[in-house]
Amino acid sequence: MNSITTPEAKRSVAVAFDGIVKAFGPVQVLHGVSFELQPGHVYGLLGENGAGKSTLMKILSGYEQPTAGRVRINGEAQSFADSRAAEQLGIVLIHQEFNLAEDLSVAQNIFLGHEKKKGLWLDDRRMEREAAEALAEVGLAIDPRTKVRRLIVAEKQLVEIAKALARHARLLVMDEPTATLTPGETERLFQLIARLRADGVTIVYISHKLDEVERITDEVIVMRDGRFVARAPTRELTRHQMANLMVGREIADLYPPRDAVDAAPAPALQVTAFDVPGWAKDASFEVKPGEILGFAGLVGAGRTELFEGIMGLRPGSGEVRLHGEPVQIRNPRDAADHGITYLSEDRKGKGLHVHFGLRENLTLMALKRYAQPWLKPEGERTALAEAVKEFGIRTGSLDVKASSLSGGNQQKLALAKVLHPRPRVVVLDEPTRGVDVGAKRDIYFLIQRMAREGLAVIVVSSELMELIGLCHRVAVMRAGRIVRTLHADQLTEEELIAHATGTATVASGA
Amino acid sequence: MPPEPQPSPAAPDTAAGQRATAPSHGWAERLRALGPVLGLVLLCVAGTALNSDFATLDNVMNVLTRTAFIGIIAVGMCFVIISGGIDLSVGSMAALIAGSVIMFINWAGPATGSPLMAVILGAGLAVVLGALFGLAHGLLITKGRIEPFIVTLGTLGIFRAYLTYFSNGGAITLDNELSDLYAPVYYGSLLGVQVPVWIFLVVAIVGALILNRTAYGRYVQAIGSNEQVARYAAVNVDRVKILTYVLLGVCVGIATLLYVPRLGSASPTTGLLWELEAIAAVIVGGTALKGGAGSITGTVIGAILLSVISNILNLTSIISVYLNAAVQGFVIIIVAFLQRGRR
Repeated sequence: MNSITTPEAKRSVAVAFDGIVKAFGPVQVLHGVSFELQPGHVYGLLGENGAGKSTLMKILSGYEQPTAGRVRINGEAQSFADSRAAEQLGIVLIHQEFNLAEDLSVAQNIFLGHEKKKGLWLDDRRMEREAAEALAEVGLAIDPRTKVRRLIVAEKQLVEIAKALARHARLLVMDEPTATLTPGETERLFQLIARLRADGVTIVYISHKLDEVERITDEVIVMRDGRFVARAPTRELTRHQMANLMVGREIADLYPPRDAVDAAPAPALQVTAFDVPGWAKDASFEVKPGEILGFAGLVGAGRTELFEGIMGLRPGSGEVRLHGEPVQIRNPRDAADHGITYLSEDRKGKGLHVHFGLRENLTLMALKRYAQPWLKPEGERTALAEAVKEFGIRTGSLDVKASSLSGGNQQKLALAKVLHPRPRVVVLDEPTRGVDVGAKRDIYFLIQRMAREGLAVIVVSSELMELIGLCHRVAVMRAGRIVRTLHADQLTEEELIAHATGTATVASGA
Repeated sequence: MPPEPQPSPAAPDTAAGQRATAPSHGWAERLRALGPVLGLVLLCVAGTALNSDFATLDNVMNVLTRTAFIGIIAVGMCFVIISGGIDLSVGSMAALIAGSVIMFINWAGPATGSPLMAVILGAGLAVVLGALFGLAHGLLITKGRIEPFIVTLGTLGIFRAYLTYFSNGGAITLDNELSDLYAPVYYGSLLGVQVPVWIFLVVAIVGALILNRTAYGRYVQAIGSNEQVARYAAVNVDRVKILTYVLLGVCVGIATLLYVPRLGSASPTTGLLWELEAIAAVIVGGTALKGGAGSITGTVIGAILLSVISNILNLTSIISVYLNAAVQGFVIIIVAFLQRGRR
């Protein structure tokens, strides 16, 4: 039975998974997972997408029930009917995708389902005060009465964490918490994690960013294909060993060798003095055929908005030349007709029709090719079979919906989709977001192959290692302006962060 | 208490859940598509059992002819709903087009000296008016950025008010000799099948071809499924949406030109509640009201199913004819219930 703990009893939470099996219909995603978590430790839970980490954590926090096996909390077998039951024991999961009601205020969200009352009425003042305390703890300086809709993604992430704190979490599961945070915010989060740990809170930290795992966790637990694979104290493992354990094979080299760019040809894309009101100012850059140009910057620096402006997705003005010809791009159709396509950072919201089949997704941007005037499904099917092979999309059948692919394979499909109109310039916004190490490597090699074939590639990314490993040049944006363009031999994490945050000493040349 | 191994319903919000449900979606989807057909078959079996007149050729033709108007409009409505829109004005639009066409033919008959030419031009006018009204809707919705519900709620009132104004609250009636000339469009038949049924068939086939076999049809589905993704994928969202309303307007025009010779007049009650019947046919046919996916076949079956219900009530006395709308209402709710959690 679920015992009810009082908040003041700062109990620690020890967890033991005992042969957890989970099946969705005929598909088994967890095959008898057993391991233990000691109270007051920070655990890094590693595994590729689809390894079963998220499902296991949902079972721990009451969102899913195991098909077989049991979870013991402090030695007692528990079966949570729902997440509320788990929360009563202090177990809180912070979702990777936010569970916030956009039209409610921050305070209302933090206390959603746990409202404080004074008699019949809501005690708004008390909730706002306590919400403000929780927000202060995560270092978010906003009015708790602000509507969540008005927050940027990183702030929403911090609100989610504040929500967990307000519920007196004793075991906190964080699923990719830093995916949307800036380095500064990440730093504050790490300080908070250290404080919570000192306070005896158990933390399970799920992340693809191995440098973070290395930095803040005490112990690493690796899962693969729904099974427990290994655990080891973090200090005894190198990042390379962690990655190998996750993938189950040696990652010889994550990044492809950098090709030399032919200096001779004229730029494929040349943008001069481009403005996107409120986001980007006076942006000028160019990219040659075969070149991979990176765009670095903090969240909110205006990188995505600059390219949405260039693609005609939001109002913007400035000169755009494709292969020397000035072009007018009023919408993505114009852009595609001129040979430039854009992969959005928001795969589910803007990138793929997840309820559509793979074929319909692949051909959507180049559908005219298959319509003469009737669509030729056979032609589309052939194209899909080729793309699946070329892009290494792993799928059991060609007739499934895009939603049935894993994150990495969805991303490969999205990549195949924007390349299907055979553009001469492609803009890839966060091409490896939420993608496991193996798929990342595949995508890097794909990008390199496209560049070799003469495509001009622009990569917008928040992962500095990726820009350093992949790009010929990296433009750094800060507060809507391109502050510096660095060449391959100048690329270091420190240099990029310094320019992105504006802490660089004035250096020579550009 | 040791946890019991629990049955695990697939959770659609997890990646794992989606992966797990994927293999089964094929037959589940097919079963859903078959739902309206099964319903229609059951109704027909019931109808035959209850009244021997039900399964006669005459009655079948009667039902199909009555279905034709709503069915043709429902085909156009199907495009609008799949793209994520709605049009509440089609009944009023039909009434105004009917009134305008009758006034035009009455004027053009004597004016051109060729009654036949007047009728042909009048029929053409019906389609042109429908297209123009649809274009106006589309422009207001896309360029004017007003919700389709609001735009068409407004024109629902506007169209019918103008008809009432033109008819002075009474009826606009087609002159007799012109009416005789126009009559075959409704009463005539080819190979034993009445003209409206043939036209319904042609409209449905063309609609299905456009929806399933053209780039345009794919764009309509893409926009309804996720407008942002379609926009980012270089689909000209505004143009595709405007065209869905134009298509629907053309369908309303066609339905109206078939309807005019039936009574030879238009009054403020012409086409009353057609919008709801057309929307109901689309929904009963398995198209989700929020758009994204749907089928013309389903819509056609949905339209027939609804008129079979009223036909059975007319032929039998188990349930009062007055409860016709109630029975249709129950059917719509049951269908919606069966489709819930579809995505």
